[in-house]
Amino acid sequence: MYEAVIGLEVHVQLSTESKIFSGSSTHFGAEPNTQASLIDLGMPGVLPVPNAKAFEMAVKFGLAIDAEIGQESIFDRKNYFYPDLPKGYQISQFEKPIVGPGRVTISLDDGTTKTINVTRAHLEEDAGKSVHDAFDGMTGVDLNRAGTPLLEIVSEPELRSAKEAVAYLKVIHSIIRYLDISDGNMAEGSMRCDCNVSIRPKGSDTLGTRTEIKNVNSFRFVEKAINTEINRQIEILEDGGRVVQETRLYDPDKDETRSMRSKEEANDYRYFPDPDLLPVVLDDSFISACRDALPELPAARKARYISEYGITDYDAGVLVADRDVADYFAEVANTSGEGKLAANWVMGSVLAELNQTGDSITDFAVTAKQLSELIARIKDNTLNSKTAKTVFEALLANEGEVDVIIESKGLVQVTDTGAIEAIVDEVIAENPDQVANYRAAPEDKQGKMLGFFVGQVMKKSQGKANPQAVNQILSTKLSG
Amino acid sequence: MSHITDLSFSELKKALDERSLSSIEITSAFLDRIDALNPTLNAFITITHDEAMQAAKDADALISKGSGTPYTGLPIAHKDLFCTDGTLTTCGSKILSNFVAPYDAQVVSQCKNAGLVSLGKLNMDEFAMGSSNENSYYGPVKNPWDTARVPGGSSGGSAAAVAANLTPLATATDTGGSIRQPAAFTGTSGLKPTYGRVSRFGMIAYASSLDQGGLIAHTAEDIAHGLGLIAGHDSRDSTSADQPVPDYTQTLNDSLKGKVIGIPKQFFDDRLDSAMRQAMNEVLDVLKSLGATTTEVSLEHVAESIPAYYVIAPAEASSNLSRFDGVRFGYRADSPSDLMDLYERSRGDGFGSEVKRRILIGTYALSEGYYDAYYKKAQQIRRLIRDDFNRALGTCDLLFGPTTPSTAFVLGEKTADPVAMYLEDIYTVATNMAGLPGGSFQAPLINGLPTGYQLTGRAFGENVILNAAHQVQTVTDWHTLRPEGV
Repeated sequence: MYEAVIGLEVHVQLSTESKIFSGSSTHFGAEPNTQASLIDLGMPGVLPVPNAKAFEMAVKFGLAIDAEIGQESIFDRKNYFYPDLPKGYQISQFEKPIVGPGRVTISLDDGTTKTINVTRAHLEEDAGKSVHDAFDGMTGVDLNRAGTPLLEIVSEPELRSAKEAVAYLKVIHSIIRYLDISDGNMAEGSMRCDCNVSIRPKGSDTLGTRTEIKNVNSFRFVEKAINTEINRQIEILEDGGRVVQETRLYDPDKDETRSMRSKEEANDYRYFPDPDLLPVVLDDSFISACRDALPELPAARKARYISEYGITDYDAGVLVADRDVADYFAEVANTSGEGKLAANWVMGSVLAELNQTGDSITDFAVTAKQLSELIARIKDNTLNSKTAKTVFEALLANEGEVDVIIESKGLVQVTDTGAIEAIVDEVIAENPDQVANYRAAPEDKQGKMLGFFVGQVMKKSQGKANPQAVNQILSTKLSG
Repeated sequence: MSHITDLSFSELKKALDERSLSSIEITSAFLDRIDALNPTLNAFITITHDEAMQAAKDADALISKGSGTPYTGLPIAHKDLFCTDGTLTTCGSKILSNFVAPYDAQVVSQCKNAGLVSLGKLNMDEFAMGSSNENSYYGPVKNPWDTARVPGGSSGGSAAAVAANLTPLATATDTGGSIRQPAAFTGTSGLKPTYGRVSRFGMIAYASSLDQGGLIAHTAEDIAHGLGLIAGHDSRDSTSADQPVPDYTQTLNDSLKGKVIGIPKQFFDDRLDSAMRQAMNEVLDVLKSLGATTTEVSLEHVAESIPAYYVIAPAEASSNLSRFDGVRFGYRADSPSDLMDLYERSRGDGFGSEVKRRILIGTYALSEGYYDAYYKKAQQIRRLIRDDFNRALGTCDLLFGPTTPSTAFVLGEKTADPVAMYLEDIYTVATNMAGLPGGSFQAPLINGLPTGYQLTGRAFGENVILNAAHQVQTVTDWHTLRPEGV
């Protein structure tokens, strides 16, 4: 049996206003080459000037993963020729990265946790983009992205499955979103992932030959690409073959990886310290200012939610993964005073809806205030779970505020026992056979049979009857 | 009065201050002389007649209103690696033979802001790589003292133009001696400031950690005026120093009494040519007569400076010159068949052979497996050299030595032997490695050809160098000698 050994290199575009070495805007989606300055174009004689905001973001990330911060880090040049790399080198960090060894904790399916060590995280500039489909027979170059700050986060090869890799990637995503240092949008390329994958016989402690799958751009594809690659490597070994060290690309349409270039074809990047940039020296006050500015991070918030709202470990984990979802939940829970109900609604209806539409919670039709009002109406027995669902649907359709919807749809729950008794009597009268069966049944079977009558009563009340009252009155009347 | 173009920058400044000359008179006199002599000397790549005359007219208007700066209307010319907005900047290379920058180098805009009138762009060794100015795509520059000889390099155009009175002041750059060696060969004064003193923004890079902009003129006083204009911190150059800029003219007349001149014994060993030794001793005698004392110092690792330089500088150059790829600007090969063909032919045709040689050396030195043996070791040597200089300058105010091993050599003499050419910089390279300021000033002629002595100072001690050189120039006439026949 084989074991997979996986390490990830995650590139995160930092959400600075301007580029890492020039004053151009980093805004996504502008007309090609409208956000490229003389520096981004690599014009003769122009020089890079570092953006301190990028250092701040990198340091915050380092502190969030409990990493060593490089008090002195150095920018190096990574030399290679490509049309979207205007200077013929990328400014990166090689020997002395800004963030040294750190660690993150991932939760596994069996409920346990695992610590994954992060080797380093370093700052670098993004390249431009080659545009292959805009000109017939020619390639265009768009340098808007050139010089956008990237933080490359490199893990130790401690991940053992595609699932673990995705769990790790999600934790990194969650941290960068909490820190608000990147939008983490994988589809737009603001977070990209290279997966280093090798396999070895279970129990072995020597590493197999690895391949690197470049630029995978969604959580789902990371999982699929790794599994596909693991299976490919297993097949090679089973057939008596040898895995070749190379760079591969994942094709999601065919669900396969294919060779991009072998080790022999790999560039010699001729790294050396960039003489245009002085070493970055971070003093203690800069680092402690970054530390003071750190928000509450996912792990801390999870612990707080468990104790403050009395929700389960699992629920808290789901709720805090996305900072905006966590904020939304907290507002609902605090306003309604109902932690558990809030958790059920957010994890159930809200996240289900968001998963389906792909929208972000910040654009969600139902505000936290509206959801807490809805919960308040459940709590004061105006709504039952069925009518509450109807109100939620109406809120989604922007039909107004909770109380207005309840009013206009006539959804006020019937708690008047007299009215419910009348309906119960009707139902008993209309279903003599079922009543006889019920009464003849042994007591331990009656509970289940009661459901039929509850359903009939609810139907007659158009869902408005208070289910607890219905249950109580029904069982009294049926046994009588 | 002598002819306008015979005047030094300081003398011209005085004439403008006294309104005895106008900027138009000055500018047209220099332009006329350039037109007459440039075909022989080839010092200018681009002559900006119209822009210069317009700038002179504007300057005279400002002067008559009394709203100019102290330098409004004075001429200058720029080495052709300082980018000039709207004017060709070639760097002496075919690959930039069509390049017009949409921006001014910081040095150029500082000169403009001071009201200086630019006469044009000066010839140079391609990408500042060379010690004879024979590596220019635009042809060699001739030494005005003997047109069969080289003017030195890489700022050969700057030095020849000043020596032949085509401009009273020229910008130049120095990576391993490119200001000081041509100054010595042409009988001019040249100063390479402390690394970081002058912004490198818009100065096309050869070796970024060594390149430094500076000036060539007739006198130390001229340079003191010019340096005040181009020195200073620039937020667009991270390596530029945030240090106050003194008025360099204020200290020119300080006494040299009590100043200690360090004589590095390595510069005066048996290998020093006897005529050169004698010329140096004459200068030393003058310095002593002015009250300075001398002390012997040792620069243990200075012999290693050339090999270390020829690893570090090409390594940086190999990377700096990657941007010249035919994609966005500059020379581009005709109808490339694919990307590799575009790169190979644009660069293959666009660069000259010395540039290619240094790109190859640098690429090799940085390659995996060779980096530690070459680049890293060279950086270690560089640290040792810097320590040597700082230790020596702890016991003296200035270091003194010859600028070059000999006087200007004949065109073609060293082109077949790159190593002999590289050894031209034996006395100058170490100063760049140490990042210190160094100046070359006129010493006695040897066989009718100019020589230079070199003063190296502490970091940001340009005023100390200029003070000593100016004091020598007040009691000698070596700096007043001009080439005959041109």
